[in-house]
Order: sequence, then structure tokens, then C-alpha cells
Amino acid sequence: MEYLPNIIFAIILISGIGYFASNVKKLIRNIKLGHKVDANDNKSERWKNVINIALGQSKLVKRPVSGFLHAIVYVGFIIINIEVLEIIIDGLFGTHRIGLSVLPESVYGFLIGSFEVLAVLVLVSVIVFWIRRNVIKIKRFLSSEMKGWPKSDGNIILYFEVVLMCLFLIMNATDTTFQNMEAGNVISQFIAPWFNGLSEGTLSVIERSAWWLHVVGILIFLNYLYFSKHLHILLAFPNVYFGKVVPKGKFNNLEAVTAEVKLMMDPDADPYAAPPETSEDEVPAKFGASDVMDLSQVQLLNAYTCTECGRCTSECPANLTGKKLSPRKIMMDTRDRLEEVGKNIDANNGEFKDDGKQLLGDYITNEELWACTTCNACVEACPVSIDPLSIIVEMRRYLVMEQSAAPMELNTMMTNIENNGAPWPYNQMDRLNWKDEN
Amino acid sequence: MSEQLNVPTMAEMMAEGKQPEILFWVGSAGSYDDRAKKITRAFVKILNKANVNFAVLGTEESNTGDVAKRAGNEFLFQMQAVMNIEVLNAYDVKRIVTCDPHSFNCIKNEYPGLGGNYEVIHHTQYIEELIKSGRLTLDGNTYKGKRITFHDPCYLGRANSVYDAPRDVLKKTNATLIEMKRHKGTALCCGAGGAQMFKDAEPGNKEINILRTEDALETQPEIIATGCPYCNTMMTDGVKFKEKEADIKVMDIAELIANA
Repeated sequence: MEYLPNIIFAIILISGIGYFASNVKKLIRNIKLGHKVDANDNKSERWKNVINIALGQSKLVKRPVSGFLHAIVYVGFIIINIEVLEIIIDGLFGTHRIGLSVLPESVYGFLIGSFEVLAVLVLVSVIVFWIRRNVIKIKRFLSSEMKGWPKSDGNIILYFEVVLMCLFLIMNATDTTFQNMEAGNVISQFIAPWFNGLSEGTLSVIERSAWWLHVVGILIFLNYLYFSKHLHILLAFPNVYFGKVVPKGKFNNLEAVTAEVKLMMDPDADPYAAPPETSEDEVPAKFGASDVMDLSQVQLLNAYTCTECGRCTSECPANLTGKKLSPRKIMMDTRDRLEEVGKNIDANNGEFKDDGKQLLGDYITNEELWACTTCNACVEACPVSIDPLSIIVEMRRYLVMEQSAAPMELNTMMTNIENNGAPWPYNQMDRLNWKDEN
Repeated sequence: MSEQLNVPTMAEMMAEGKQPEILFWVGSAGSYDDRAKKITRAFVKILNKANVNFAVLGTEESNTGDVAKRAGNEFLFQMQAVMNIEVLNAYDVKRIVTCDPHSFNCIKNEYPGLGGNYEVIHHTQYIEELIKSGRLTLDGNTYKGKRITFHDPCYLGRANSVYDAPRDVLKKTNATLIEMKRHKGTALCCGAGGAQMFKDAEPGNKEINILRTEDALETQPEIIATGCPYCNTMMTDGVKFKEKEADIKVMDIAELIANA
């Protein structure tokens, strides 16, 4: 029975990590539904972006208030989690504050002391975040796509962080040996008096409870990630790595189209030639995207990475002038549909069964897609290199090339280009008339 | 008074066995749109003044296909691109300058994948180059002390990170350059990009060009400087909507420099 706590700890730890791992596997499988992208180019630039944009948060701090608060929570979270290492070792081997037996007291005290200070800073930041979301009513948190679950999700994450930080501080405050050491209890020494007058036994119970709840809380939080917008704490790094490293204005050229255009322009091509043999089940390439499977793996990773901060939407000219388009909603819709497809696959033994739905129409409307000015403001604004514009363009391609569903004025414009090489109905031979006009 | 411009075409040059140092890509707006044609003429005036050995494609130029691509018509884009590339490569073009950031972006970034590799620069970059090399001199009095604000075209700024060239050129006019609150990376679109120029806007509570004009008006400018024919149209319309056309001019940087 002596080892019971160790065994319980190991079971909780393994099941916590195991469940998370199974969801990560699902996440990877879902992302792989998209088509592959070659990202072997510009490796040094990609790593530079990971260091500056993801690790260094260079784009977040462009909005100083939220950027600064975020930096505190980010640094706090990473550093305080070093403590988790000690907790795991203690839990598995039944030791208590193993760090003390490995490190000199002064070093250990310095570490825990820094964690405590950070914990308080995180607490304060998180409370300010909560106020920004719920009291000050900042516009980008009030958009229509932020109603319901996305709003609760944002708050739940904040509550988690408050609880975890409080548990950490209480755990330290009620640890009498740690308090008596008088090194590292920079903050908890002020909390300890709250528990004055309690017996040593009670204190120990509180300390143990806080310790256990802290561990369990961390594991629950870890598993909450998959169901939440908070996945960005992990995915921001790969997402930035796979982000666009060419000029933002450069849209990809569709290779399937290039092949056909080359054939059309080739004077030696035989227009009556039989199409090349293709196997029965080979599906002809679809132009553009109407569902998540038509998007790229990077675009799907983008969708999972989005933490719904809304900086994109708050910079979008269409959104600022009251149009329906919201780049954040494009990302949220993509993820929601991808999750739906994933669940469909789970329910049908690993095979996607047509559910009569798709991203286009059921989630994203034509009206949203046609409101985009392709100005790249959303791409520029995203702190983690998400590219909502590429999804919009991919879906426009489907609308135009598969469905001929462009707005009428655009069809006129395109017919003009086809007929006379200009978007207006002017004669090609008049192209140089400006030379002699005034 | 009609000023005679010297505008050689590539075909004429080739017939004489000459190769220009740079090709001026006029673009569809610059060729046909009444307002944009003035920008084209102003830029040629600068080229003539600086004795640049340039040429245009003239009637051999066709739409870049850029707007078709943004609208989602990749077929039409690639057809246009391949045709243009054939012409450009036949003339062995190496360097291209254009007043249209959309053509600039498209030829610079999207033509290489289809076999068209050129050095492409925006006219504000070329004007800067001409001034720096001493080929173009400005008298520096026309706009001295005038309040000018520059509206970044999306496809020059955010799309290709060209922010300094237009500003450096404007500073050479001795004007007072005032930035709008949203500028450079956070500049607001004029509303014409992504094929919006050719269609009505979706339902909303405001036109984008009005919002952007309001940004510009906050700086109390005498001149709103642009570097894109579409932005120019949108901002001109915005200023008219605000009934400020008597006090505020919307001018392309080429026009400003041609008079400076």
C-alpha cells in the first residue's frame, strides 16, 4: 500500500498523456486529409521565422497592450512548467521536492522564487485578459462568430490558468518545510499566514490536495487543448515554420491548369488526340476548393492553429465596412468542417462517408468570398503566420472554374480580357492611343 | 497644349536593331482608363526628361491576367501570362518598369513559374534610381512645404514590402510628408483590389474607399499621393464624395515628379 500514491500518479499521468496523444494522432490524420505541400525551400528563412515570429512573438507586440500581457503569460507558462518536471519525478518516485536534493538550496530557491513571481504576473495578466473580453468589450471579441462556444472557450482557458496559478502558490504556501527554508517563498510567504492556526496535519492535507489538483489540472488542460482554440500554444511553432516565405502578393500557379494551357498553346498538339489513358478510379483534378479535402495541409494546420484573436478581422477592409467577410470566421469554419469530417471518418471505420455537406455553402458563403479585396491585411496581422487569403482564393477558383459562379460584372470583365486583352471593351489596337492624347 | 512624347515600341526598336535598357509595361488601366492615362503620360515625360532608352510593347501588350487570377480564373490568367511571356521573351526583355503595382506583383512573382523571368520594378523605385544616379534632377520648389500623405498600394506595400521608395521620392520634392494612422504594413486597402474594381461591393455599411479617404483627410493633406492607378480612382472618388476636390488633389507620384 505504500506505493499506492505512486501507482495512482502513474496511472493518471499515463492516461492523461495517452488520451492527449490519441487526439494528436487524430489531429495529424485530419491535417493529412489536405494535399501535400513542398516546404523544403528556404529552410533558413523558415527557422528564422520560428525564432522571431513564434518564439520571439515579434508580431504580437505590434499591439503593445495585448502583446505585452501575452508575453508575460507565455514566458510564465513555459518557465513555470519547468516545475512540472519536478512534480512528475516526485509523483512517480514518491520523493518530495526532488529539486532540493539535486540543486543547492540557493539555486532551488531562486528557481521557485522566479516561478512564484511569474505566477503572480500571469494571474494579473489573465485577469486583465478576462476584463478585456468580458467587461471592456473590445470589438474584435464581439463579432458574430464569437458567440456561444468560442466565447466560453476563451473564458474557460483563462479560468484554467487562474486555478493552476493559485494552486501552485497555495501548494508552496502550505508546504511548511519549504516555508521554513526561507528561500524561494517570495510570494507564498505572504499567503502562508492565511493558513495560520491550522494544524500541521491539515496544512499537509491542503498542500497535498493542491499538489494533486495542480497535476491533474495540468493534465486536464493539456487534454482540453484539442477541443479548444488554445492549440496554438503547440501548433504556432510548426505553423510559423510552414508559413509563407515568398512575397505575400505571390499566389500559387495551379499546375493542373498549366498543363492544359501549355497544351492549348502548343501548335503541334493534336486537338483530336484521344486523352491519355487514365485508370478507372482516377479522379480528374478539381480546380480550387469546395471542401477541406481540397485545401492544403498547411491551410488545415492554419485552421487548427488559429486562436481566434481576431486581429485579422479587425484589419480587414471588408469587415471594417460592414461586409459579412471575417478572415477569422474563414479559419474557424475550416476547422469546424475539418472536425466534422474527422468525426465522420471515426464513425465510419476510417472511411469518409458523404454527408451532403461541404465547406462552401454550408459554412462559408459566396458573399463572404466575393467581399475580399485580397489586400493581405489579414495575413500581415496574424501573429502566427496564418493565411486566410489563400483559402478565400482557393474557393473563388472553385466558384469560377468549376461552377462558373462569378458575379456577373466579373464575368463581363473576364470576357473582355479574353476577347480584347483588357478588362474593358476597348480595342486591342487602341492600346497605344494615350501617346497622342492629352 | 499637347506635349509631344517620345514613346518607341519594342517592334520599332527591334527593326532598328536596338535594345532598350528597360521595358515600360503600361498595363490595361494605364492604356485605357482616362485618369490612368495621365499617369502614364507623366511617367513617360519623366523617362524622356531623364533620357531613358526605353520602349513599350504598344499593341503587342495584353492584360497581365492579374485581375482574372484574383477573381479565381486561373485559366484566363495563365493564358494571358503565357501569351505575354512569349512576346516578352521574343524581345529578350530583361528589365521591366510599370506604374501598376498589380502588374508589378503579377509579372515579378507569378510569371517566373510560367517561364517569364525578368527584373521587375515599380515606377517609384525607378524614379528613385534615376534621381540617385543623377539622371533626373528636381528643382524642389513646386511642392516645397506642401502637406502630402501617401497611400500605400496593397500590392506594392504588404504584398512586396516596398514601402520606402515612394516615400524617399516624395521627400525629394521637399514636401512635408504626413503619415496616415494606418500606413505601411497596416495601410488600409482602397477597396479596388481582388477584382473589386470591376464589381459592386457586397452589402455593408460603408464603401472601403470612403473609409480610406477619411484616413487620409485626418492628416489634412493638400495632396494625396498614390502609386497605383486603381488606388488613384478610388481615392479621387472618395475625395469627391467628401466634397473636398477643390482643396485636395489626388496625384500619382509620377505626376508629382513630372511637375517637380
